[in-house]
Amino acid sequence: MSYGIAKKGHPVAGTIAWLTALVMFFPIAWMLLASFKTEVQAVQTPPLVIFKPTLINYRDIFAEADYLHFAWNSVAISVGSTILTLIVGVPAAFAMAFYPTKSTRGILLWMLSTKMLPAVGVLVPIYLLCRDLGLLDSLTALIVINMLSNLPIAVWMLFTFFRDLPKDIIEASRIDGANLRQVLVHVLLPLVMPGIASTALLGIILCWNEAFWSLNLTAHNAAPLTAFIASFSAPQGLFWAKLSAASVLAIAPILIFGWISQKQLVSGLTFGAVK
Amino acid sequence: MRLRAIAAFAAALMSGTCLAHAATITIATVNNSQMVVMQKLSSVWEKKTGNHINWVVLEENVLRQRVTTDIATHGGQFDIVTIGSYETPIWGKQGWLTPLGGISGYDYNDIFSSVRQALSSNGKLWALPFYAESSFTYYRKDLFQQAGLTMPAQPTYKQIDQFAKKLTDKSKQMYGICLRGKPGWGENMAFLDTMVNTFGGEWFNMKWQAQLDSQPWHDAVNFYIHLLRDYGPPGASSNGFNENQALFATGHCAMWIDATSGAGLIYDKNSSQVADKTAFTAAPVDVTPHGSHWFWAWALAIPSTSKQVATAKDFIAWATSKDYIDLVGRTNGWTTLPPGTRLSTYSNPDYLKAAPFAGAVKQAILTADLDHPTANPVPYTGIQYVSIPEFEAIGTTVGQLMAAALTGQTSVDSALKQAQSSVSSTMQQAGYTQ
Repeated sequence: MSYGIAKKGHPVAGTIAWLTALVMFFPIAWMLLASFKTEVQAVQTPPLVIFKPTLINYRDIFAEADYLHFAWNSVAISVGSTILTLIVGVPAAFAMAFYPTKSTRGILLWMLSTKMLPAVGVLVPIYLLCRDLGLLDSLTALIVINMLSNLPIAVWMLFTFFRDLPKDIIEASRIDGANLRQVLVHVLLPLVMPGIASTALLGIILCWNEAFWSLNLTAHNAAPLTAFIASFSAPQGLFWAKLSAASVLAIAPILIFGWISQKQLVSGLTFGAVK
Repeated sequence: MRLRAIAAFAAALMSGTCLAHAATITIATVNNSQMVVMQKLSSVWEKKTGNHINWVVLEENVLRQRVTTDIATHGGQFDIVTIGSYETPIWGKQGWLTPLGGISGYDYNDIFSSVRQALSSNGKLWALPFYAESSFTYYRKDLFQQAGLTMPAQPTYKQIDQFAKKLTDKSKQMYGICLRGKPGWGENMAFLDTMVNTFGGEWFNMKWQAQLDSQPWHDAVNFYIHLLRDYGPPGASSNGFNENQALFATGHCAMWIDATSGAGLIYDKNSSQVADKTAFTAAPVDVTPHGSHWFWAWALAIPSTSKQVATAKDFIAWATSKDYIDLVGRTNGWTTLPPGTRLSTYSNPDYLKAAPFAGAVKQAILTADLDHPTANPVPYTGIQYVSIPEFEAIGTTVGQLMAAALTGQTSVDSALKQAQSSVSSTMQQAGYTQ
């Protein structure tokens, strides 16, 4: 509906939307431009907009680092932790939405409050746990930590989707002879599928961009693309152009993925918003 | 058929034996250009030994945090770490590193004695130097010539002030001087410490009492802020080594006082537009030459938690050897070799021919006296740092206060008063003073 309003005649709203989009896209466009410059061109003042593009940064990156190794780790961590998040989050949100207790709201708020704790506050205990369990530099550690980190947001999102469904559906299904599992799997899940899809997409994006735990818990074997980007920052010597190229390579897969799935993402996020 | 099976079995056994000898080591390092070259050339060592290296390349501060966490908690993720001359003796004393003396066939005597000394404590050598640096003054000889100025071999800060005034033309984005302003113990404080030293100041007196509200600190900080505000680039409080290198390399600075290791980058035509217009001279002095130029070394060390000590030692001996330096020169260009560690580097005719700054770098490193960094006697060693574990924290705090004074958020007097109070409190809590 909001699309319709903009089309019908709110040029100011349209202009603001375009300007906002341009401002948000500017850093990405600038990064893309810088990745095709030489190091000296990348730091030139005033900045160069017209220049002879070069692929030297991309060539150097592929020569210095194993991009596919890092990309595979990012995919494994993102997909793995998102699947785990949904396995835990969907039943939790279902229970809270359809069988609320006095403490449901409190539990939801407490779950969300864990997101307010700075990650560095639990770095040492988590590090020691991983060390003692032999999980340093392992995909398992990052999958579990990302799952725990994203679970509060996922449960909140899924809870709102489940809450918007009429309660009578369960009763009707139970009268028809369906047990609880059948109600959840065959009746409710198809109805909230756009919500689950958007939660999964958001989970994948959050995992893909997670840097703190990736940098602190991995060395080589489990290092994802965020560690790959960080490796191109140097304390001495120019590195903007190469860092930009590394960033382009790191965000390209998730950007393409987001572009392809934007319809599902938007429809999921606005699910139930307009009635 | 049976013979073939036996042969296959024997081959499998032999390959298994070979594999058992090959080891995999993990090296944590920064992404400096010299380290990138080491990464590229390490395949030579891998082929020679059959071992394999996993590289973990991180930004300097992240690396320091990662390695500290890993060593302190005995995580054992790294077999070799790149560390600086500040951490090496401290970590060695704490038993976090494996001593690296006594490697058979390694030419220790070829390493500068000052570098060896900087990487030792309790009579043990804890790391082998990969490259070392001091600080000196880069200047644009073409601009000096046009302005009729002559840079002396040993400039004073008063002369630098006069030169900067004459060469500044902000309307053309030409700044008389570029200096580090970004807060951090290894950023603005690295430069400012050398300035305080040569202005006659020190961090602590012999009783470990903080001296940050003394006259030399006031003089040095006021002069530093005057230089940057009147003749420096805009936003100087955000500029570290890289930002200033970028400004100098793109022709916006007439003078730049910073690390000697930047010379190779400034003389490299691929990363600099002023490669043939740059000259260099000693770091400026004021009332004393003590501590007027810093000393820093990046070195390779083995954490005491490593399970591959023999292989790690073999790699470090290779990567810090004369042969490796020659290999870099031959394959990557003589200006890019790791400088400042070995006497033999400075008698190599190919290097001396390609790097006109070689003599000045050697002189700066050899005259950087870590044991006598100040005019007055002090209980610590280190020129741009104080070799105590608490320095990282106090250096960062004071660096932030100096950046605040530079941007005008606070006055110099107020910043130094706060710095004095903060450092005194830390030293008292750490038990240095009552």
